[in-house]
Amino acid sequence: MDGFATMAEFLQFAFSGLTVGAVYALVALGFTIIYNASDVVNFAQGEFVMLGGMVTVAVSAAGIPLPLAALFAVALAVGVGVALHRLAIEPAHGASPVVLIIITIGASIFIRGVAQIVFDRQFHKLPSFSGDAPFVLFGATILPQSLWVMGGAGAIVVVLHAFFERTILGKAVLAAAANRLAARLVGIDTRLIMTLSFGISAAIGAVAGILVTPITLTSYNVGTLLALKGFAGGMLGGMGNPLGAVLGGLLLGLVEAFGAGYLSSTYKDGIAFVMILVVLFVSPRGLLGRRSVERV
Amino acid sequence: MTKPFRGVMLLTIAVACMALAMAVSNALAQDIKIGASLSVTGPASFLGAPEDKTLHLYVDKINAEGGVLGKKLQLVIYDDGGDPNKARTFATRLVEEDKVVVVVGGTTTGATLAMAPIFEDAQIPFVSLAGAVEIIDPVRKYVFKTPHTDRMACEKIFEDLKARGLTKIGMISGTDAFGKSMHEQCLKVVGNYGITVLADESYGAQDSDMTPQLTNIKNAAGLQAVVNPGFGQGPAIVTRNYKQLGITVPLYESHGVASKSYIDLAGPAAEAVRLPAAALLVADQLPDGDPQKPVVVAYKRAYEKATGQPVSTFGGHAYDGLFIVIEAIRRAGTADPKRIRDEIERTTGFIGTGGIVNMSPSDHLGLNLSAFRMLEIKNGDWTMVTATH
Repeated sequence: MDGFATMAEFLQFAFSGLTVGAVYALVALGFTIIYNASDVVNFAQGEFVMLGGMVTVAVSAAGIPLPLAALFAVALAVGVGVALHRLAIEPAHGASPVVLIIITIGASIFIRGVAQIVFDRQFHKLPSFSGDAPFVLFGATILPQSLWVMGGAGAIVVVLHAFFERTILGKAVLAAAANRLAARLVGIDTRLIMTLSFGISAAIGAVAGILVTPITLTSYNVGTLLALKGFAGGMLGGMGNPLGAVLGGLLLGLVEAFGAGYLSSTYKDGIAFVMILVVLFVSPRGLLGRRSVERV
Repeated sequence: MTKPFRGVMLLTIAVACMALAMAVSNALAQDIKIGASLSVTGPASFLGAPEDKTLHLYVDKINAEGGVLGKKLQLVIYDDGGDPNKARTFATRLVEEDKVVVVVGGTTTGATLAMAPIFEDAQIPFVSLAGAVEIIDPVRKYVFKTPHTDRMACEKIFEDLKARGLTKIGMISGTDAFGKSMHEQCLKVVGNYGITVLADESYGAQDSDMTPQLTNIKNAAGLQAVVNPGFGQGPAIVTRNYKQLGITVPLYESHGVASKSYIDLAGPAAEAVRLPAAALLVADQLPDGDPQKPVVVAYKRAYEKATGQPVSTFGGHAYDGLFIVIEAIRRAGTADPKRIRDEIERTTGFIGTGGIVNMSPSDHLGLNLSAFRMLEIKNGDWTMVTATH
């Protein structure tokens, strides 16, 4: 194979990895935000992605324009996220993190079950936002929708960064994440912060679901695998570090794509998980994990 | 007589009366009990639900017309949710409690293989509605099936490739049970057609992007066609990625995606894709002389009228199974399981939705390649490929 074909191949794998990785990154980001605010690893995170896609499909099928349907889907997912916190997590106040994690697994099964009844068990698609004609770049092709996914993920990261660094509310979230008791002592309503975190995570998940549905299709059970992959990405990057989550998610997507392309498509999931194991073995807190646990 | 003794005697008489009453009511009813364990819910529900509806629809219809041998048919259907363990429990219940004389379905291969030994032991004929060739190969005395096997799908595809003079192919297969099994069967028979597999890739059933695998296939020198054994949404994504990468050689899908939802999900990328499927899918396009035409058109009309949903080949498998059984009962003239089994094995010239069935002691499926039609997607709809071979 000549150099040009080799590069085209490399780029094609990279485009694939970055598109899939961007979704993993957004799921991992959702995990991280809730984990920071409440120590809960929310395994219902994938269901937010599913809700984003499925609700948009259902609402736009009813004749509502796509942007409005998407907005509605995000709002509904936020409602579900807030309800998850208020109705399931908060009543178990004081329970150990393991119990809370189990509650989120139960919630994810519940949400999936309801989605199965309210919608159906079929796969659905959304039209691409800017057509289906792929761009050709050095012999590799990329769909306009992939650019939407990557761009959307990038925009979310920038907005979140601004929110945490530039607003009082964002700083309050960071404060609550750093030390809940101290935050409460300086007058931060940590209960509100936790609810807010669940809402933000749900919104991020839903947006990811809407952006990616035109490429990957959606159904009531797409959330399970995405939650696992997002969690793996989060662990890889370092649980609790938003930047690490994004990095871990992208890396996981890239490893899968290059693994499938250059090594073996049969073992691509295996390759990704072996890599995660190796990283966690060398650096147990992930690539960008917190150095130590400060809480006493 | 002491008091306790009298109590025991009364109880004995009461039990005896109840047993007698039950025997009498059984004799009066004399229903022919047909059992089934189907995956009406769960991941295989898109197979099991139409099967369930089909069985109910036609059993009601037959009973309204006077039943079989002057007796009413009684359906006993359990929902195993696609879980082979549950299917096995239901199989035992069908044999021991419900005392069915024949069983139709087994929706999935897993459920079928879990149930088969129970019906073999109980000597109850069992007509499965699942795909894999393992169900009837090697032949089990009491086990039959109606759907085409994946090996036949491979052979049909390879026949078409050969007719088009395409001998160098790439394969991209799902790693779920369906994709894996068909991939294996295809590799077994590919040599018979002088076709070589240049690139052999796979993808996970839940994967959302197959461009890396397809890139490798695309780069295989001399590639003339690609075959995608798969099931569910995977093939739709493969088809979209195929178009995205601008691969221009013909793409073949399997009978696993022979439904409108595949065309819908894959969109314009599905144009010119070919796949083998049962005649049912193109019922209205069949030429008038086709022996299957009246059967498939009647079934399609009846099913769509009763359920309001588009017909699927899976419900057709249940139709075939039910009528093979009913004809066997009619020929046997009795509802004795062993006689029914013998008559099922003697099924010849049965025209079903899946093809023309000719069973024998060594062939408990009875279909040949003519049962599959090669279809091509044109303008978002199926068209029949008029082959010249």
